Amino acid sequence: MGLVNITIEGRPHKVEEGLTILEAARQCGYEIPSLCTFNHGECNEGSCRVCLVEATGARGLAASCVYPVAEGMEIVISSPKAAAARRTSVELLLSNHNVNCQQCGKSGTCELQNVARIVGAREGMFQGSKTPTTYDDASPSLVRDTSKCILCGRCVERCRNAHGNGVLGFENRGFMAKVGPAQDISFIESPCIMCGQCVTVCPTGALMPKSEIDKVDFARAQGKYMVVQTAPAVRAALGEEFGLPIGTAVTGKMAAALRRLGFDRVYDVDFGADLTIMEEANELLDRVRNGGVLPMLTSCSPGWVNYAETYYADLLPHVSSCKSPHQMQGAIIKSYFAQVHGLDPKNIFVVSIMPCTAKKSEKDRPQMEVDGIRDVDAVLTVRELGDLIKRSGMQFNRLPEEGFDYDIMGTATGAGVIFGVTGGVMEAALRTAYRVLEGKEHEAVRFEAVRGFNGIREATITMGGMDVRVAVASGMANAKVLLDQIRKGTSPYHFIEIMGCPGGCINGGGMPIVRHCFLPNEDVDIVDTYRQKRAAALYSEDERNTLRQSHNNPQIIELYDKFLEAPNSHRAHKLLHTTYEGHAAFRLADRDDEAIDV
Amino acid sequence: MAKLSGAAVAKVEEICDAHQGEKTPLIMILSDIQRTFGYVPLEVQEVVSQRTGISVAEIYGVVTFYSFFSLTPKGKHVIGCCLGTACYVKDAQKVIDRFCEDLGIQPGETTEDRMFTIDALRCIGACAAAPAVTIDGKVYARVDVQQVPGIIAEYRGEEVVA
Amino acid sequence: MTYTASEELRRDIERFKDELNSKFTGEDGKKYLVLCGGTGCMAGGTPDLREAAQGLIDKEQMQESIEVRQVGCFGMCSEGPFVRVYPDDVLYRLVRPEDIRDIFYEHLMGGEVVERLVYEDPKTGERHTRMQDIPFYRKQRRVALHGCGVIDPNKIEEALGYGGYQGLMNALEMDPQEVIDTILASGLRGRGGGGFPTGRKWQFAHDQQSDEKYVVCNGDEGDPGAFMDRSMLEDNPLSVVEGMAIAGYAIGAREGYFYIRAEYPIAVARVNAIIRQAEELGLLGDDILGTGFSFHAHVRLGAGAFVCGEETALLNSIMGKRGMPRPRPPFPAVSGLWGKPTIVNNVETLATVPYILREGLESFVCHGTERSTGTKVFCLGGKVNNVGLVEIPMGVTLRELIYDIGGGIQHDKEFKAIQTGGPSGGCLTAEDLDTPIDFDNMVEKGSMMGSGGAIVMDEDNCMVDVAKFYMGFICDESCGKCSPCRIGTKRMMEILDRITAGRGTHRDFDELEAIGEACKTNSLCALGQTAANPILSTIAHFRDEYLAHIDEHSCPAGICRDLIEYRIIADKCRMCSACARVCPVFAIDGQAGKTVFTIDTEKCIKCGSCLSACRFDAIVKE
Ligand SMILES: Cc1cc2nc3c(=O)[nH]c(=O)nc-3n(C[C@H](O)[C@H](O)[C@H](O)COP(=O)(O)O)c2cc1C
Ligand code: SF4
Ligand code: SF4
Ligand code: SF4
Ligand code: SF4
Ligand code: SF4
Ligand code: SF4
Ligand code: SF4
Ligand code: SF4
Ligand code: FES
Ligand code: FES
Ligand code: FES
Repeated sequence: MGLVNITIEGRPHKVEEGLTILEAARQCGYEIPSLCTFNHGECNEGSCRVCLVEATGARGLAASCVYPVAEGMEIVISSPKAAAARRTSVELLLSNHNVNCQQCGKSGTCELQNVARIVGAREGMFQGSKTPTTYDDASPSLVRDTSKCILCGRCVERCRNAHGNGVLGFENRGFMAKVGPAQDISFIESPCIMCGQCVTVCPTGALMPKSEIDKVDFARAQGKYMVVQTAPAVRAALGEEFGLPIGTAVTGKMAAALRRLGFDRVYDVDFGADLTIMEEANELLDRVRNGGVLPMLTSCSPGWVNYAETYYADLLPHVSSCKSPHQMQGAIIKSYFAQVHGLDPKNIFVVSIMPCTAKKSEKDRPQMEVDGIRDVDAVLTVRELGDLIKRSGMQFNRLPEEGFDYDIMGTATGAGVIFGVTGGVMEAALRTAYRVLEGKEHEAVRFEAVRGFNGIREATITMGGMDVRVAVASGMANAKVLLDQIRKGTSPYHFIEIMGCPGGCINGGGMPIVRHCFLPNEDVDIVDTYRQKRAAALYSEDERNTLRQSHNNPQIIELYDKFLEAPNSHRAHKLLHTTYEGHAAFRLADRDDEAIDV
Repeated sequence: MAKLSGAAVAKVEEICDAHQGEKTPLIMILSDIQRTFGYVPLEVQEVVSQRTGISVAEIYGVVTFYSFFSLTPKGKHVIGCCLGTACYVKDAQKVIDRFCEDLGIQPGETTEDRMFTIDALRCIGACAAAPAVTIDGKVYARVDVQQVPGIIAEYRGEEVVA
Repeated sequence: MTYTASEELRRDIERFKDELNSKFTGEDGKKYLVLCGGTGCMAGGTPDLREAAQGLIDKEQMQESIEVRQVGCFGMCSEGPFVRVYPDDVLYRLVRPEDIRDIFYEHLMGGEVVERLVYEDPKTGERHTRMQDIPFYRKQRRVALHGCGVIDPNKIEEALGYGGYQGLMNALEMDPQEVIDTILASGLRGRGGGGFPTGRKWQFAHDQQSDEKYVVCNGDEGDPGAFMDRSMLEDNPLSVVEGMAIAGYAIGAREGYFYIRAEYPIAVARVNAIIRQAEELGLLGDDILGTGFSFHAHVRLGAGAFVCGEETALLNSIMGKRGMPRPRPPFPAVSGLWGKPTIVNNVETLATVPYILREGLESFVCHGTERSTGTKVFCLGGKVNNVGLVEIPMGVTLRELIYDIGGGIQHDKEFKAIQTGGPSGGCLTAEDLDTPIDFDNMVEKGSMMGSGGAIVMDEDNCMVDVAKFYMGFICDESCGKCSPCRIGTKRMMEILDRITAGRGTHRDFDELEAIGEACKTNSLCALGQTAANPILSTIAHFRDEYLAHIDEHSCPAGICRDLIEYRIIADKCRMCSACARVCPVFAIDGQAGKTVFTIDTEKCIKCGSCLSACRFDAIVKE
């Protein structure tokens, strides 16, 4: 593409042809107040009308987020006319908004709040009635409060881009327009997989994870024995809640913070991940050797499991029966750990800190208990943990670096860490499978072919005289391609890793919000690069680890020796494996009994 | 899932298949369904979704965008009151208000006995006959509020006889 | 039969022409009863007339010498239903089924004109037997409406015999660029409302390199009070198809889409039928008339959303989506249907195109003004005597339109305003009566040409209520995509609700202006950008009326419900109980013949039924 000459605020600039005014302005060092735009048009194109500027050639004012630059264009951001127009757009939005920032979970990261201040929105302008709203907190994972929705459409696009057949859509029109699952039903009645992708892009408090902080407080007040476990991806992002650059690993401070929050034990789910690999790799080898159902599909992402149960019930026999790492670890805490420490499992309260909203639902699945004891009692997102830490008064950035508790589940390998990024489970499994089949460790340790952010990646690895074909997909739109192959009987693979969120858990619905505009760190490309940065934090932790294969984790070996006997043993099955059940996409309880006929 | 009869499912699928050659058939499919069933409930949208691969959310979005589609069944008789400008300036509002009052429903709604639906229309091309009302396609010209009870009785009466 | 060369078609067209002509001249020895099949007359009883006429023909066994024909709207709908008798060319109006007998026996059999059914000019008392002598028709010129009300729209032979396809055949002998140059030279501006030069639009699309291009005919006609596009589609669908094909040839498109609102089932059926007939004759399809030009036309239905008249929303609707507009650029001429270059033209625009290519530039530009050439079809409605469809050369004044063509205000009331441009337009008042109608003048006077709705209002119309009517319409029809329009129109509606309920304040003017301005500058599409026009224009011309509502809590025209009360004047009441019997909410009390009746104003819902029921003028609205 060629370059075009434009002026911004009277000064000449050369920018690439085809850019929007907003993109061009950012490159030239201007930030135009904007609200609905997201990730190169992953939104309801030009709908909020906040980003208006004067631009020659445009009729009236130009919405800078969608209006392309052209040769000779003169752009004025600061003219009174444009400033007033931007302010009125925001004021109109606020007149139909349930403004209660002080009590709103989005406050501080809310783009509406931010932009309202910048454009100088005045209080109480254009008062009038409000669009009838829906508040849905029926699901364990998500809360939808349309009184905060500005109809930017980001969630609609994100859900569709991530999962193909999106769950969210616009409904009605005009002042009655809304965004939500069809017919305004609850998320739990819809085919939503609870991944929370929509939550991560919502500029306001309209879509939020459901908080379980109260549950944790209550358990603590009751004097429960509190055990916390953190997922791999958490360390790569928690720092963002405290103003640290994206991609700063904060493992040590996190452990310190959790201990100071009063948890009796602080563990890393990386151990559970290693355990998962032991079970999963052996399940795979068992299937391969004994003619079991292939390809085998991973099961550690509850978002994906929800999708399989909704749309691919016929393929459920392909899904590994392994529970996800934190559920496995929870089950071990309430059995072996309790036994060793002489604790009553009923008195132990296990909290998982997760990058994920789907895990909140997962822990409530009826299958996730052993002999009436729930594996995990509460799931907090990274943001909730951030809130807890802030509430406690700790100055996170000044905390010392501490380690996780070391007994029983204290050691983890690099294989467990990389679970947090797409391809990580596959790579960890390959490391162990290689060892089993070849009798030695893979030399390079890394399996580059399964890394990266391409939607679908595949590799063939020769081990034990056998070509093992694997594939990796994240986001259901990509997974669908591989699943349809299986359905048609044309899938060439032995093993497929599927993750609910595009990019894996480092992009999960419970991760800190990556703001799109007015970024503190001046990183204009952040929306394109934050996943790489978080992933890099995990890969480098893997590289630094002396233990990089799950089967080399001494505490895993000890666990099998002392308690579980062997992978896929009877006891391992009882504690660490689960079952699935297909269901209809729409689960409306109160459907009309009247039959619909022609 | 829904209580769609087998025949109904087959009909919906038949309608979907009839538009298979089209690049973007959704609205045509929905129009045919609206005409055949008199409405497009969520259950039917699910079948369309399965058949066409278009998400239910998107279908629902389309159904609720266009006033031609309805989520609930329409009444046996659809009273279309023109509220186009030419009719409005000739007191059409009073006419529709009276229909609403007498039938106890709002525009767009259907009476409980599923006899009548009142729709507000925009210019039916009979401006010379303003205010105009159409019932099941028949146009009533220069309707006066006072005629309303009579018109309703006309359709009610027909029911009693039948 | 399929035509594979223009010569074949031209030869047959001569035959069709003769056949059609003989239906007017009587050369075939027959007499014709021509009925208006437009919606107005159909509602008024055309089907009954037809049945009565056919009955008589059958009874008298005159099938060989008398024939009934049904054509499209004659235009002067308020005088319908019509019967026109050929070859004598006599127009009967306000015909009832029982009148058919007289027409049949006296005129057709007896040769005597039935005087009482002939149009009489209410002003001069003059009788006009011929349509073209009636003042309503005298100032009109039929360009876009060519053939409407003359030919039987279901028969392609009649359309072909009446000039159909000659424009296309001429175009096919030219270069596409020459066609565009002709349209450019004609000065034709889009009749869909915006008035964008059609030739320029075509040139953009022509200049795009693309394997596929599309022509779309905008037949959504959402203006609530207008039906001219529908008339063209119903009454001479071939001319619109022809216009579309010419556009296709000019820009290099092989596919065209008609987007017609679902509320127009007859138009849809007629267009579909004419496409099918044209395909059978080889007038549409591959290698039309052996010229190598291929063109296919399809019909898509609108499903009840005014905003789908906006071109990008329309394209989304054709593509099976919610009809929400999208930002431009890219303009449809660059990226339209399925991302391909697409032109969207209004029905009337396309119906005008064949005329230009058939009759030549001169006979088009001789009509109209310098910057607005040709003619414009209006749907004249409201409080004028002659309500209907009119096509006038640009430059005719509003006075001529309302008084000469429209026959003046009904019941000799006072003219107050004429609203043009529909919900995007504004009001023109007595001051503007001598303004020549053209695109630029209308805008200058604070309204716009729009698609052609022209609603006349008299002293009984409340202008605040009219503004509220349009705002209510816009609120219902806003797609809800962008915030200024979605929320702003609702806020303006709320303010108007307040004012018409007597709860307005002077600050409301400021707020209306602020929101109106925001809608104009901030909205994504023209629906929102023009939403405030009806309000701003009524405030400009009728501020007094607003002030009466605000300061005096009264509605001078007696329209706004919350500001009026129905009352029975005791002295005048004859205790007949007629009012009580019609009251839907039993708000009227009294004993027939014994007590004077009274209205319980708490209960009264102000439906006005009692007022029209009382035969003794005892009920007043104040
Ligand atoms: C809200 C809105 C409604 C419109 N409705 C119509 C319509 O019903 N018919 C029409 O031809 N143009 C309508 N238009 C104008 C079209 O967008 C477009 O300009 C026109 O079809 C172009 O055709 P023309 O150049 O031949 O006039 C509408 C525009 C807007 C903004
Ligand atoms: S969504 Fe944003 S603006 Fe709205 S209440 Fe929450 S923080 Fe405030
Ligand atoms: S931000 Fe303003 S309104 Fe909110 S708490 Fe602080 S001072 Fe009060
Ligand atoms: S949680 Fe995931 S599946 Fe559910 S609506 Fe949001 S993005 Fe879609
Ligand atoms: S829920 Fe959030 S992301 Fe979705 S449209 Fe509303 S404001 Fe935008
Ligand atoms: S990819 Fe990770 S964050 Fe996303 S749903 Fe799966 S487990 Fe949760
Ligand atoms: S101006 Fe109105 S109709 Fe147009 S896009 Fe915005 S909300 Fe939709
Ligand atoms: S105006 Fe209508 S409601 Fe009021 S008294 Fe008269 S008939 Fe009854
Ligand atoms: S109709 Fe008139 S005269 Fe008769 S009771 Fe009513 S007010 Fe009196
Ligand atoms: S319209 Fe540009 S940011 Fe919303
Ligand atoms: S406005 Fe009612 S028929 Fe035209
Ligand atoms: S409908 Fe007959 S003249 Fe218009």
